[in-house]
Amino acid sequence: MMLRYALKRLLSLLISLAIASLVIFTVIEVAPGDPASFMLGINAQEDTLAALRTELGLDQTKVQRYLAWVGGMVQGDFGTSYQYRTPVAEMIGDRLWVSLPLALYALILSTLIAFPAGIYAASRRGKAGDIGVMGATQIGVAIPNFWFAMMLVLVFAINLRWFSAGGFAGWDEGIFAALKSLTLPAIALALPQAAILARVMRSALLDVLGEDFMRTARAKGLSRGQALRRHGLRNAMIPVLTILGLQFSFLLAGGIIIEQVFYLPGLGRLIFQSISARDLIVVESVTMLLVFAVIVVNFAVDLAYAAVDPRLRART
Amino acid sequence: MSRTLILGGALSALMVLAALVSFVWTPFDHTAMNIPAKLQTPNAVHWFGTDHFGRDMFSMIMVGARTSIAVAFVAVGIGIGLGVPLGLWAAARQGGWVDEVIMRGNDLIFAFPSLVIAILITAIFGAGAINAIIAIGIFNIPVFARVTRGGALPLWAREFIMAARVAGKGPARISVEHILPNIANLLIVQATIQFSLGILAEAALSYVGLGAQPPTPSWGRMLADAQTLVSIAPHMALVPGFAIIITVLGLNLLGDGLRDALDPRLRVARA
Repeated sequence: MMLRYALKRLLSLLISLAIASLVIFTVIEVAPGDPASFMLGINAQEDTLAALRTELGLDQTKVQRYLAWVGGMVQGDFGTSYQYRTPVAEMIGDRLWVSLPLALYALILSTLIAFPAGIYAASRRGKAGDIGVMGATQIGVAIPNFWFAMMLVLVFAINLRWFSAGGFAGWDEGIFAALKSLTLPAIALALPQAAILARVMRSALLDVLGEDFMRTARAKGLSRGQALRRHGLRNAMIPVLTILGLQFSFLLAGGIIIEQVFYLPGLGRLIFQSISARDLIVVESVTMLLVFAVIVVNFAVDLAYAAVDPRLRART
Repeated sequence: MSRTLILGGALSALMVLAALVSFVWTPFDHTAMNIPAKLQTPNAVHWFGTDHFGRDMFSMIMVGARTSIAVAFVAVGIGIGLGVPLGLWAAARQGGWVDEVIMRGNDLIFAFPSLVIAILITAIFGAGAINAIIAIGIFNIPVFARVTRGGALPLWAREFIMAARVAGKGPARISVEHILPNIANLLIVQATIQFSLGILAEAALSYVGLGAQPPTPSWGRMLADAQTLVSIAPHMALVPGFAIIITVLGLNLLGDGLRDALDPRLRVARA
């Protein structure tokens, strides 16, 4: 049963990836501007242009180029950057070591803030503590993360001088220095997400608190707190984990804007630089990579969900 | 009426009012530069201070409200205009291939990181308000399709729908005449939420230079202008930031308040 469910989900995952790659390819294809003439400038000779187009593979038919692109990606070959003439996979590899740790860091921070806040609010339901936490989350979801990032820079980098205002120290400088330069960006990314997660945590717990088994737990003599920790949390985790999975992909993609604020050399800056240089193969591959990450994370969450809750498998 | 509803309604109305009034009156011309008066902190003449060109920020916020509201409004319109019919269609053909295709298509759009695609669309087809609207609007379609389908499905099993079928009405007519009025509440609440998300998305796109172009003021671009000056003129970042937060907060509270007010069962359940 579980295997059949997994196979079915895997099939839809592959279809999603195929369609996603087609959409991205099409969008990039209809983009105005010829990469070859962009690279060589307006005074380029016609035969030089033609030679470069051949070199870049731009003279092939669209179908050939689509198949070459997808076929390459499956083997880990993301093409060669028009601009730098280096393999796109290498460029992505370097940037991934900024974007991925940033997303993970933000995810950890978001969880550390949201879980206690959500649990506290649920346990103080309707009281001042609950109303305070819920009010704070309302403001949290309304704050644009890039604005919050600027405020963090203003307070902690410019006024207090605890952190640098931007840039990335690099992992060669040691893990502490690298993490330090990711701290403000991670906080900026995490806080609005933490507000959403805290709300989900609270409402999931409140749903569970109304269940019969919670009454049984109290009846057999557990205190409110004990019942909450032993039986409530475990059952509330299902919706919380789903949101957590979605948040990771959001944090990975959402880092794009935050990287701009902090001048971090991650995937986001790579996309923007490549767009302005008409280095479309890079744009294409990075976008596909992000979509791939989102689809795969969602797939993993679905499977984890079904493994925990057998009712979901039957429903498909 | 709950306090949430009143507060949310008041904050949202404030921003709509600012946008509407800006058509006939602003304290200063929002494009007029006045270099000697640059970077003033809020004062009696310039209520929200001035920017690095000496432009009056209060006037810019008022006109910027227009941009934000217009972009979010049309993007929600795209979502409703395409998403609701698709959702109704999917529900009317529940379990059939139409339903399957529509819902799988929805899943696919959901799987795309919306911000990345919005950046891609605006970057490729040119930065500007229209492309920002399209980029944000596309991602509203599956949201409304899903909400519509979810709301419509249980209705199809109800007696009054059965009666309408017996009376000889077709699926399309039943959807419009009987289903739609009964899920209007759901759609209004969702529209409020998508509206606030649209304002945040528009701000993010303008911030990276892909939204409305100069001289059209937008809150996101005001923040981008403020970035390099934040240490000497923090008000340049604080003012547009608060405008965004107040608007989004107001719309979210309005959505929560409306949901509670329109669905009495929730009021009991949440109390």
